[in-house]
Amino acid sequence: MARTYQLQMNLNGEDVEVEVEASATLAYVLREQLGLTGTKIGCEEGECGACTVLVDGQAINSCLYPAMKAAGRRILTVEGLAQKDKLHPLQRAFIEHGAVQCGYCTPGVLLSAVALLGQNPHPSEAEIRRAISGNLCRCTGYIKIVRAIQEVSQTD
Amino acid sequence: MMCEDYVTASTVEEALATLASLRGEARLIAGGTDLVIQLQRGERNVRCLVDITRIPALDDIKLDNSYIVVGAAVTFSQIERSLLIREQAPVLAEAASRVGSPQIRNVGTLAGNVVNAQPAADGSIALLTLDAESEIANLTGRQWVPVASLFVSPGISRLDASAEIITAFRFRTRGPREGSAFERLARRKALALPLINVGVNVLLSADGTHVREARITIGPVAPVPFRAKEAEATLKDRSINQETIAQAVDVAVRESKPRTSLLRASKEYRRELIRTLTRRALLRAIETAKG
Repeated sequence: MARTYQLQMNLNGEDVEVEVEASATLAYVLREQLGLTGTKIGCEEGECGACTVLVDGQAINSCLYPAMKAAGRRILTVEGLAQKDKLHPLQRAFIEHGAVQCGYCTPGVLLSAVALLGQNPHPSEAEIRRAISGNLCRCTGYIKIVRAIQEVSQTD
Repeated sequence: MMCEDYVTASTVEEALATLASLRGEARLIAGGTDLVIQLQRGERNVRCLVDITRIPALDDIKLDNSYIVVGAAVTFSQIERSLLIREQAPVLAEAASRVGSPQIRNVGTLAGNVVNAQPAADGSIALLTLDAESEIANLTGRQWVPVASLFVSPGISRLDASAEIITAFRFRTRGPREGSAFERLARRKALALPLINVGVNVLLSADGTHVREARITIGPVAPVPFRAKEAEATLKDRSINQETIAQAVDVAVRESKPRTSLLRASKEYRRELIRTLTRRALLRAIETAKG
């Protein structure tokens, strides 16, 4: 039997405590225990980036990230981007540029973009492409995604 | 992920004691970007994971007299951003920037890369090029050993991750007229294993016209990260010109033993890559050395 621990973390701005099994990944805890299904599970081996969330501002693959590592950290998921009814500027830009089709990769791509703009508010196109290089999109294509991120990086 | 317990160690001694008390059934975890996949696939059986990433000072990069010391919990992102490493060891900064993806580099560590013992691990290739040592801690104490001595065969290192810890790596600061560079080709620019990767470090004569010493590391062309020592010998005390470079590259191709991978590349194509990438890395390392 796996041991369980009380995991405390700051999730989307709120302190939460949840009982987790020693073997749980952060993606599992977010989706199955906390009901935050915006974080997707795709390949489960760090190739697709659908499970991307931010830990202390840095993008990570939550499906490979033991939940125990999140103790005391600030976690940001796609559910934490909008403020009440107001979309995050990146979310709005993705919609305006048609950078979303099936939407499965979108939460991960958004969070990679949030991490980039947090560290580098005015990135070059090459820097944008590098920042989302760990996120696979199989239907929209990357051009609209890159343009949406560019728009936000140029407006402030 | 399959394990029954997860312990976050706060000192190296505590981590070693936990490993010892579980007699081979515990294993260290740093970033876990390889290990978690192995556990999920059932390729490894581990009762307890011992996380070393919150041990103070293990995530430091520092200058210690004539050495650069990189702690075992330092991530590839930290390395690629470190001004000290970019200045002192371009081969390592460049190698770190080519690993996986941003998500992998934010979590994966240099020490994990070495312990996984893949012949073309970008971090291992860079460390061998720098003639780096690793500090190994176990219950009897700590000692520095050459990184090159840690590799046995693909996936197998001499380190016992159920009883020992790599606590740090160290290598000499860059001297005057010394330079290094890293080259790599993969099927795409992210999340792809290298078809061939090459690290080169050169030390030039005071007037910058001759190679005093060179180190060339190539992967995957042997069961372990491979130092092309015959090519290095070819360069020793030779004047820098087209002919010298061409000869050294020929020797590097000859002494490498790449294999055909149905997924990645044929051995014939890899030989051509060894030629091209070794040449590029040599020329860039020489440029850096000239300042």
